[in-house]
Amino acid sequence: MFDAHIVRKDFPILNRLIDGKKNIYMDTAASAQKPLVLLNRLEKAYLEEYANVHRGSYWLSEVATENYEKARQIAAKFVNAESPDSIIFTRSATEGINLVAATYGLATLHEGDEVLLSRAEHHANLVTWQQTALKTGAKIVYFDLDDCGNFVWENFEKALSSQTKIVAVTAMSNVLGSIFPVERICKAAHNIGAKVLIDACQFAVHKKIDVQKFDCDFLAFSGHKVYGPTGIGVLYGKYDLLKEMPPYQYGGDMIEQVSYEKTTFALPPARFEAGTPAIVQAIGLSASLEYMMQFNFDDIEQYEAELIDYTTKRLLDISGLKLFGTAKEKGGVFSFAIEGIHPQDLAFILAKEGVAIRTGHFCAQPLVNALGYNSLARASLGIYTTKEDVDDFIVALQKAKNFFTNEM
Amino acid sequence: MSIENLIDDFSFLDNWEDKYKYLIELGNQLPHFDDTQKIEQWKISGCQSQVWIIPHFSSSTLSFQGDSDAIIVRGIIAVVLEIFNDKSAQEILDIDVEEIFDKMGLREHITPNRRSGMLSMVDKIKFYARQSLEEKNEYSRVSS
Repeated sequence: MFDAHIVRKDFPILNRLIDGKKNIYMDTAASAQKPLVLLNRLEKAYLEEYANVHRGSYWLSEVATENYEKARQIAAKFVNAESPDSIIFTRSATEGINLVAATYGLATLHEGDEVLLSRAEHHANLVTWQQTALKTGAKIVYFDLDDCGNFVWENFEKALSSQTKIVAVTAMSNVLGSIFPVERICKAAHNIGAKVLIDACQFAVHKKIDVQKFDCDFLAFSGHKVYGPTGIGVLYGKYDLLKEMPPYQYGGDMIEQVSYEKTTFALPPARFEAGTPAIVQAIGLSASLEYMMQFNFDDIEQYEAELIDYTTKRLLDISGLKLFGTAKEKGGVFSFAIEGIHPQDLAFILAKEGVAIRTGHFCAQPLVNALGYNSLARASLGIYTTKEDVDDFIVALQKAKNFFTNEM
Repeated sequence: MSIENLIDDFSFLDNWEDKYKYLIELGNQLPHFDDTQKIEQWKISGCQSQVWIIPHFSSSTLSFQGDSDAIIVRGIIAVVLEIFNDKSAQEILDIDVEEIFDKMGLREHITPNRRSGMLSMVDKIKFYARQSLEEKNEYSRVSS
């Protein structure tokens, strides 16, 4: 049985006090805290097993290369990829999406083609395609969610057309928490010959990724959100597509033969990993992914579903609080506004109570604006979040609310 | 009220509730901008709250008006204006705002978190001061 109280103990930072107060970390959707196994792995990699990869024929380089390539296998297992060759290590999910747009996107999009996005995309999966559309003459088409943030199949289907060449959607909204029916989306898109890129940044934290079941063409997520290091991300791509794609960046480690006149490029994934990669970050990420895989995702989901219900109920008990995103299928993020109180003011007071929440537009400015705000507050859950954390958060929220109500 | 008085007041308040209440009180004394003032030209970029600063140049000094949609931020603006208003451009550039905020016990508001917008506010004020100095130099070069 999954117990967040036990899991908590694996994350040393959660035990530190914030200005004398208990650390109530409610911002996992922005970045997750790190388990001790990751820190130990990073230390071991630097202290005992470090050298550049894919180059030296000496012991340290061999063991570093082995660990780095083993990390690729573990990432492949995490997303259930057909082969580790389909896994490209990137700097972040943002870079993964940029890579697909700059290679596959630029090479295949033409004037009149359409790229289909939801109205709830993160800037990484929105600005990137906007800019790619500017360069190629392609058009961006958006489909709407309903007022609760539910994915509405009819809206998606209506927006899909014979011009659609790429569907780029999140699997879980970082603002509304809505879960998208990825498998069904891929099937419908493939029926009309379009390719699908999935932004799995938030989804990866809460639910099991299975790229073979989804049948997605590309899928990107970041390491730091799945309890791994910063500076590392994973891009999955179907190998047949990757093989046809031009390089993203040029340099060492991505070539086959170089002469002064011309260069031939290595096969994927090496083709897309120019230069010295984030070796230790990739190895660290593999430790975090293995840490996550020791749990049964069904248990995590069940625990989280209960915590989501509980948090929703407690939030809605606060008068004047408006919650955005109450989709039937949602993950643990709660965007909200309290009438008459600016989110930034709220966050100042919560910070003094040891509570970390995010405020602003969460890098999804068009969506937050469409909800009628410039800025919202957001609390989010991780595998270490307990019911007591939620209680402490609600008490602090109530205190902050009273602080401003008495002041105004 | 002088900045020394403000530093005294803030250092006298020893818990954050009172400091924030006082900030809000100072912010409440700032007149609210109307829609003609809340324009892109005066907006300070920073994504958690909206902040507008309008500079006024006189022959020897600069002064500023400011507003925000967040009330604690309005308080911060009131302190910032108290620090910089009616100073010469050179004086503005010489002021160490971090030291002042530190003395007030408001250090967390001037950490270089670009999203908080506080430092951008100060940067913008110093930008206007530099601009006014450059214009003066330009003018004295032309007229001499």
